Amino acid sequence: MTAAFLQSTLSRKNLMALTGLFLCFFLVIHLLGNLQLLLPADRAGESFNYYSNLLSGNIFIKAISYILYLSLIAHAADALYITIRNRKTAAKYAYDNRKQASKWYSRNMGILGTLLLIFLVIHFKDFWYVYKFGVLPFDKNGNKDLYTVVVYAFKSWWYVFVYVLSMFALGFHLLHGFKSAVRTLGLYHPGYARLVQVFGTVYSYVITIGFAIIPVYVHLTQFGLWN
Amino acid sequence: MKIHLKIWRQQDAKTKGKLVDYMLDQVDHHMSFLEMMDTLNEQLIVKGEMPVEFDHDCREGICGTCGMMINGQAHGPVPGLTACQLHMREFEDGATIYVEPFRAKAFPVKRDLKVDRSSFDRIIQAGGFITASTGQPAEANTLLITHESAESAFDSAACIGCGACVATCKNSSAALFTSAKISHLAKLPQGEKEAAKRVLKMVSRMDEEGFGHCSNTEACEVECPQGISVLNIARMNWEYTKANLLKD
Amino acid sequence: MELDAKIPAGPLENKWSHYKAQAKLVNPANRKKLPVIVVGTGLAGASAAASLAEQGYPVTSFCFQDSARRAHSVAAQGGVNAAKNYQNDGDSVYRMFYDTLKGGDFRAREANVYRLAECSLNLIDQAVAQGVPFAREYGGYLSNRSFGGVQVSRTFYARGQTGQQLLLGAYQALMRQVSLGKVILYSRHEMLDLVVVEGKAKGIISRNLDTGVIERFAAEAVVVATGGFGKIYYLSTLAMGCNGSAIWRAHKRGALMACPSWTQIHPTSLPQSGDYQSKLTLMSESLRNDGRIWVPKLANEERAANDIPEQERDYYLERRYPSFGNLAPRDISSRAAKERIDAGFGVGAQKNAVYLDFSKAIKEQGKDKIKEKYGNLFSMYKKITADDAYIAPMKISPAAHFSMGGLWVDYELMTTIPGLFAIGEANFADHGANRLGANSLLQACVDGYFILPYTLANYLSGELKKDKITVEHPEFERVEKEVVTQLNELCQIKGTKTADYFHKKLGKLLYDKCGLSRSKTGLTEAIAGIKTLRAEFYKELIVPGSAAEINGELEKAGRIADYLEIAELMCHDALSREESCGAHFREEYQTADGEALRDDKNYCYVSAWEWAGIDAAPVLHPEPLEFEFIKLSVRSYS
Repeated sequence: MTAAFLQSTLSRKNLMALTGLFLCFFLVIHLLGNLQLLLPADRAGESFNYYSNLLSGNIFIKAISYILYLSLIAHAADALYITIRNRKTAAKYAYDNRKQASKWYSRNMGILGTLLLIFLVIHFKDFWYVYKFGVLPFDKNGNKDLYTVVVYAFKSWWYVFVYVLSMFALGFHLLHGFKSAVRTLGLYHPGYARLVQVFGTVYSYVITIGFAIIPVYVHLTQFGLWN
Repeated sequence: MKIHLKIWRQQDAKTKGKLVDYMLDQVDHHMSFLEMMDTLNEQLIVKGEMPVEFDHDCREGICGTCGMMINGQAHGPVPGLTACQLHMREFEDGATIYVEPFRAKAFPVKRDLKVDRSSFDRIIQAGGFITASTGQPAEANTLLITHESAESAFDSAACIGCGACVATCKNSSAALFTSAKISHLAKLPQGEKEAAKRVLKMVSRMDEEGFGHCSNTEACEVECPQGISVLNIARMNWEYTKANLLKD
Repeated sequence: MELDAKIPAGPLENKWSHYKAQAKLVNPANRKKLPVIVVGTGLAGASAAASLAEQGYPVTSFCFQDSARRAHSVAAQGGVNAAKNYQNDGDSVYRMFYDTLKGGDFRAREANVYRLAECSLNLIDQAVAQGVPFAREYGGYLSNRSFGGVQVSRTFYARGQTGQQLLLGAYQALMRQVSLGKVILYSRHEMLDLVVVEGKAKGIISRNLDTGVIERFAAEAVVVATGGFGKIYYLSTLAMGCNGSAIWRAHKRGALMACPSWTQIHPTSLPQSGDYQSKLTLMSESLRNDGRIWVPKLANEERAANDIPEQERDYYLERRYPSFGNLAPRDISSRAAKERIDAGFGVGAQKNAVYLDFSKAIKEQGKDKIKEKYGNLFSMYKKITADDAYIAPMKISPAAHFSMGGLWVDYELMTTIPGLFAIGEANFADHGANRLGANSLLQACVDGYFILPYTLANYLSGELKKDKITVEHPEFERVEKEVVTQLNELCQIKGTKTADYFHKKLGKLLYDKCGLSRSKTGLTEAIAGIKTLRAEFYKELIVPGSAAEINGELEKAGRIADYLEIAELMCHDALSREESCGAHFREEYQTADGEALRDDKNYCYVSAWEWAGIDAAPVLHPEPLEFEFIKLSVRSYS
């Protein structure tokens, strides 16, 4: 593999696709873990804290997590690079109606991505940082009580609102991103391409709804009407 | 019918251009868009003004010469058409129509609506061919190609090289044009032999010419007068990765 | 001037192989000392330039389009003929030779036509090797369709875009040579004159259409592959930029023009809808395989096509030519359509069309099958007319299409100027007085790929030891000056009428008097009319801007200036030929039922014309056509 290969527009997109798909995979694992928050409150806390502890202690998971950080950084940095180059090659029209020909979210992956990046900063600060470097009480099983942190974070309705909104940004990002990544990696068979597109759409809906439902559920059950 | 035109006028690549207003009445709705432009030019010339320069030749949608942004869309509002096949019946009486050249960094404006698309030729020169010199090739029927492969190769080969894909792409990517040729030749047994070499050279030439990345928005397929599928782009990507990974 | 066609001796089927065996060669090391200019990048030009460059000659190639891929060969729809006999229906090289000769009403050379049929076999192989996606059967074998004027299926096709696919094959071969540095390609360059030094073609003067700069190019041979000049009729199936300037200027430098009035008027084009119209779109002749042509039996019929009952329809081709029916050759079909339209049976808003009806085929084969065969043509029809041909019949009408005439060339494709070759539609050679469908792509390819590379070498071998002419030669300077003077003159007339105005007027005049049917009175009037129009042109033309910039109007004006002279020669040509043959139909010479009446006793020759100056009548040099191998017969399709 030569320098030319690594610098070509196609390889840059391949990097986007590979890191993007890895993040897609991670989202599934993340969502599966988070679904424990939908259990009845007493069991949810225990289970969730146990799970968190398990993840932080496992060397294999640790390795994966480093790939995850790298993927995130590479995905964002590469996006920045691609966007800058595209700005240089792109043309401006005095009267522009090109939007007719494509979906708005496919043209605005950069903006959606930036929103997600802002969200991630908040998300990391509130949960990841607190868990890793903060001082947390322990639950009755001796695991760090992340559950309580999570639940209290969703106390305020506007925080829930921001969270849900961000999940919609994620949804649109995935709706285009998943399909686009698979195309970029070269799935050209018409039948399978259609299959992947359908899968990508279903996936995007499941991830979006799955993540969006949790803060709403927690807020409503713990602090809201259903309490 | 009456038409209000706002046409991009630009002396040459170095001069700044601007939209200029023209009013045209007695436009027949059976006229093609380019015939409407002819009518305008006739009037300008007689008035002693410079006519609007625009690219056109066969006027039946196959040579790929004509190309302009009409109301902000490549080849105008009707899908599957070139500008020369667009008819005035698609517009309403009294409509305002914006006409601009196909724009991209790799398509500098020569004058008015005329642009330089020689970058496309250079992409083909890089490898868009089968190395088969004139001579004594094998008898045609010794090379069996299934009906489906031939039709699929044709679908890719139908590209007319007009540049609408680039003009409509938010990144001015030439992925559809380049991939159509790569796929056409890769789908055929006689073209497959040098597929790896071809894709590497064509992609690197495409990048050097200053085209942008493909974001898979699929706008190019929508605006392509020949309906070239975006799956060609996926095929190019695959051929490219494969060529790099399997390179000696 | 004695015209020598240089036909090799011997039996018909051995002539070409015999020629190839005897032709002089150029040593590979010497080829790079013999530069060649090829003007035009259509099928003939691109295939010639690529093939010559592969052999090692330094080639300089020119096209007026912005890319070589846009030459008008791209628009040919139907297909390309080859006598492969894949369908086992009795085809052979001889049969194809005979069909082509007969289709051309026995006004072409036997040897040339036989060579065309012979080389057709190899062309399909060549095209497949280049990646042309011809239609295939499910098992993988090549598929064929039938075309007008023949009773076998020998047409190879790539949907309705065969010309495009063949051209892309040639274009890609050309691009490969460009990337190897063996061809220097000048796009957006128009040849404006030929430079002849000591009787031999030694270069051209061109204009860069993007900058207006006039340039000189020298070479040891010049190949003109600039296509036909059917655009002279203004309304035609040709591209807007197609022109006769290169061959006309070569003609004025001494190359004879042969049978310039023989223009094929294609029967299946879309009718004109108004005065603003710039172009008539062709619908492939292949549609006649399944479409039936008819007009109402009632003159000035007002009912819609579908409301006219079967017994009130006149399927005039099936009636007049029962054995070929709707697949009668183009000249006959066009003339039959004109006859019906002129008699008041025309259909459509302008009463200038006939119906092409698919209802029977749709009923018999199903809509899907018809869609598979002609889908792109039907959708093209809908794009242009907004009508759906699956529901109601298409409206079609004849339109100027192909120039059988062109620069006179001998068996070696060399004009009467040594070193000047003409290939493809630019020459007069293989089609006689009428070209059969799917033979034009064939001729262009065969000339460029398989014939010129041999014959050019034969000529160039003699130039090796001669002194090299450079662009500094005084003749280049003289010709360049003439070109510049003419361009400036056109810009300085500053009249009130645009180039298109004159083009439309000329086209109408020519179509009426020297189109589908001609007469002595009409042609005499036309010659006078053209002279008047030409005088008006040089007084009233307006060209905005200058010659030193992009100037589309100046390009047009220069081409029309030449058309105004070509038109006159066409009329002289048509006037001098007092017989009817192929596309040339003289009203005075027809049978009682309106069929063409050929006169083999007095007119069995090719009319080659010499330029004698703008005010003098052209000089005729007949080249007698000798038929050694076949017997001339009345061309009957009934």
